[in-house]
Amino acid sequence: MQKNNSKSSVAKAFSGIFRNQLFIPIAALLLLALFNFIMDPSFFAISFGHNSAGNPVLSGRLITILDNGSELAILAIGMTLVTAASGGQDISVGAAIAIAGSVILRVLCGGQVSPEHLQAPIIVGFLAACIVAMLFGAFNGVLVAYFKIQPMVATLILYTAGRSIASWINNSQLPIVNEPKFGYFGGLIPGIPIPTPFIIAVICMIVMALVLKFTNLGLYTQAVGINESSSKLNGLNPKFIKLLSFIILGLCVAVAALIKVSRVSTINYSVVAKDIEMDAILAVALGGNALSGGKFSMPASIIGAYVIQFLTTTLYKFNVRADALPAYKAAVIILLVVLSAPVVREKLSSLGKKLKSGTRVKEVG
Amino acid sequence: MKKKFLGVVLSVAMVATLLAGCGKKEEAPTDETATEAPADDAAADEGSSSDKVITVGIINNDPTESGYRTANVKSLEEAFSAANGYEAKTFYSLKNDEQINAAQQFIQEGVDYLLLSAADTAGWDSTLKDAQAAGIPVILFDRTIDADESLYAASIVSDMDKEGQTAVEWLASQNLDEYNIIHIQGVMGSAAQKGRSGALQEKVDAEDSWNIVTQQTAEWNAEKAQQIVQSVIDSGEEFNVIYAENDDMARGAVAALDNANISHGVDGDVIIMGFDCNKWALKEVQAGRWNYDGQCNPFQAPYIDEVIKTLEAGQEVAEKVIILEEKGFDSSITDEEIEANGIGDETAPTE
Repeated sequence: MQKNNSKSSVAKAFSGIFRNQLFIPIAALLLLALFNFIMDPSFFAISFGHNSAGNPVLSGRLITILDNGSELAILAIGMTLVTAASGGQDISVGAAIAIAGSVILRVLCGGQVSPEHLQAPIIVGFLAACIVAMLFGAFNGVLVAYFKIQPMVATLILYTAGRSIASWINNSQLPIVNEPKFGYFGGLIPGIPIPTPFIIAVICMIVMALVLKFTNLGLYTQAVGINESSSKLNGLNPKFIKLLSFIILGLCVAVAALIKVSRVSTINYSVVAKDIEMDAILAVALGGNALSGGKFSMPASIIGAYVIQFLTTTLYKFNVRADALPAYKAAVIILLVVLSAPVVREKLSSLGKKLKSGTRVKEVG
Repeated sequence: MKKKFLGVVLSVAMVATLLAGCGKKEEAPTDETATEAPADDAAADEGSSSDKVITVGIINNDPTESGYRTANVKSLEEAFSAANGYEAKTFYSLKNDEQINAAQQFIQEGVDYLLLSAADTAGWDSTLKDAQAAGIPVILFDRTIDADESLYAASIVSDMDKEGQTAVEWLASQNLDEYNIIHIQGVMGSAAQKGRSGALQEKVDAEDSWNIVTQQTAEWNAEKAQQIVQSVIDSGEEFNVIYAENDDMARGAVAALDNANISHGVDGDVIIMGFDCNKWALKEVQAGRWNYDGQCNPFQAPYIDEVIKTLEAGQEVAEKVIILEEKGFDSSITDEEIEANGIGDETAPTE
């Protein structure tokens, strides 16, 4: 009896695993890890050393992945909310990062190209960027929520105009920050060997987790995404929830922009965060979230973001020819997205059920 | 209903694109005055060249493309200002078809000269013929195009192949026992990438002691360059040269080296090479943190001005194709050379 029970619970767990949204992104991550492990176990080597300023630093490919995936993970947080609430995606985040980054440099350099000293505290520059990015987020949000424009079309406006706006903010100059402290956000804080971008990303995740736990944001967002009119009948304000999701994404954009411009202490309007919007949307899709809105899983999106970075780093490692790189990436991603699509997951979990009801021996595949 | 909305929004988006394109016109004249001016000129005929305003249509790539382009656009706008007796109409785009449309627009409006830096080398034949039929001389600058020489009045361009060769010759003169190179490329297929990659590739193919450790495009992007170099460091492969095809990417590469405590520059373990000669980059070279920076001269405006003056005086242009002189700099660079050849402003704009 006892034995029988445990057996059926194994089968149940099996179908449950397939049904669980975290399954595909984690499986993808493990698959990539396994592939790298077989090809070259040194992929996972982590070493401890010092950088040229004499500060301790951890290095190795895993650290590189955590470091470089940070911006994407932060954006995935905001993009997940926007997707869930509005059933569409914001394709202007890359351009918005250019704008926010440009604002930071404008404030810090005070209009000069390469000042010896900062013209304003870094925090002021960052707050200014937050305000500007949230305003642009609100602009997108108003178009989507109040004018009922398709999100992808509404954000197309900023997508096309954003980088020109960014360049205009700094008079088409490319300012350079000479203050080493500014590099901390995209590099290392002296004494802490973990890359700062990853620390910032973790802080963002914790804040978002707390917000979702202690407020009704998650519940309301899902309600609006699943059925706007019934959520309205239940006393929610769907327009405001949608607007809010775009403003939160704006905040994520400002944080990502700080990391991006800090990495190299300068900006290039036409290439900074290029195509990152597509990766952010992919992260959400890889996380198994329905792109048409409704229920969402924040951890799944974040893992999705790191899967994409894992893939990029892997491709760099194997020295895939530059012009073939996007093709490889596309092939892997199509596979993952198809596997993580809700329809396919449904199929897989019903397969799991079949195995459960059929001969139980065969289930180990 | 939904479709209608979509249509409206799409057209809004298109207008927004247009506006974005026009946003940087700055001192460009309003449309009415601009179209009147050439009509007057046509009536006055070519005779009185001294006090008439010359209208030029400038078609260039988007100034946000790079520091090089920003400097290029700025120098042209300054040279062809009202103070110098010009009226400039400008159009900036990285897309060839948009540039062709703008060129045709300028031809219809009847500008006196058409200045062109094409996004793509192909597809300009019919436009150039239209210009010729309308009697508008075309002057190519910065980038050359695939068209018969008879279709344009002059061409003032950079020789990207030569830039690459100069850099590779400099690298060869360092007499290293072995060259293990990380080659960071620009956007694949662009003239600058082809020229700068070509020379290095040739040398690597010819010499046994020259090896490419990794060859990857970072698409002019500093962070991508940083990731590429980081990847090589993580793999533990040996390298002693970083050949980055622009300054931004060299900057990203250096950031990765600093993180891993690998010395670079003069007396360092790794030779750093960049292109474009941004002022900040030349200062890195002067300070010995980088070893070499190859010039890509954005200041064609004085040459163009000279060509226009010659044509206005009714004379033939002596040299139809002018290749700009471009140098490479190493740590022997002086402050004066940085001032004269560096691009990008060091001082705050006064306005």
